[in-house]
Amino acid sequence: MKFWPNSLVLACTLAVLAPAAQAVEFNQLQLNRSSLSFVYKQMNVPVEGQFKSFRSKLAYDPAKPAAAKAELEIDLASIDAGSKDANDEVAGKAWFNTKAFPIAKFVATSVKPLGGNRLELAGKMSIKGKTLDLVTPVTVTQQGNSATFDGSLVLKRADYGIGDGIWADFGTVANEIQIKFRLVATAAAAK
Amino acid sequence: MTSHPAAPTPNTGYTFTAIGLHWLIALTIIGSFALGFYMADLPISPQKLKFYSWHKWAGVTIFLFVVLRLGWRLAHQPPELPAGMPAWQRSVAAATHVLLYLLMVAVPLSGWLMSSAKGFQTVWFGVLPLPDLLTKNAELGDLLQQMHKLLNYSMAALVFAHLGAALKHHFIDRDDILARMLPFLRNPSGDTQ
Repeated sequence: MKFWPNSLVLACTLAVLAPAAQAVEFNQLQLNRSSLSFVYKQMNVPVEGQFKSFRSKLAYDPAKPAAAKAELEIDLASIDAGSKDANDEVAGKAWFNTKAFPIAKFVATSVKPLGGNRLELAGKMSIKGKTLDLVTPVTVTQQGNSATFDGSLVLKRADYGIGDGIWADFGTVANEIQIKFRLVATAAAAK
Repeated sequence: MTSHPAAPTPNTGYTFTAIGLHWLIALTIIGSFALGFYMADLPISPQKLKFYSWHKWAGVTIFLFVVLRLGWRLAHQPPELPAGMPAWQRSVAAATHVLLYLLMVAVPLSGWLMSSAKGFQTVWFGVLPLPDLLTKNAELGDLLQQMHKLLNYSMAALVFAHLGAALKHHFIDRDDILARMLPFLRNPSGDTQ
């Protein structure tokens, strides 16, 4: 790692040293600084998309990471799947069926500190009436009054029946959907 | 590089390379145009996504053929036009050919730019990603789509003019213009000039 610029090394050192003694709980989601995006492959071509509307209830105390709580609700109709055609299509029955299942929900069941600023988040993901276990690593970055939770995971669309019928073949739209999330929360007064 | 069977004078015929590229490009352009015309208004489906990919692969391929062909054209003098051809026809023929060459370059480029602006990268045969020259921008994407369409219709009009002229030369003027590109039409007894 000798190619790292000094400032980066310094920043990392500070990040490791940063967790302060005083108890804080980051629990106010800052939607405008948060994002929930994904990349899917269409004919082997990566296409980017995102969900614009979601809510999260979270509580994270850096001193007690294992006690952290997280819930995420996504308004599936707020999807931008890359084009207007795609947005109309994925709202339909074969994909999310947003009329019947407007919301996808994740509820964390356990948070395991992995050392450093990394956590392992496990929980239940519910999409389209199906609930499955999901585990994802999360990187926490604290800066001033806010904490940023970054993570990425691969979700297989077929597990939830997303893209049925003519879309079930993975030749055109791949099964693996790369999901990237960034949740920024500020601290309210500690309890 | 190629032998000229029964070609007595050096500059009356195109080389095999030139003839091959002409027809290869003609057929791939016609096929790709037809596919593009057909696929554009289809409702979204896996088939449509496949068609779009194929169309884009074809566009990149045609562009490469055109680069080869321009290379050939720059290195070779095309055969002479028939001696009796009026000056205005020579000018029109020259202009048509210049425009056709320009469009052969501009049409695939506009498609590539349009794809970039629409946020769908071009990945040649699903393997070789071409860089996106533009960042995603829906309005620019729609504008480039209109341009791609307009350039294509211009090319279609020129192709019809080109075809009409070739047929006119063959059936009315009875010169060897068409036979130069279709050597099997050549009068077996020899040169028609």
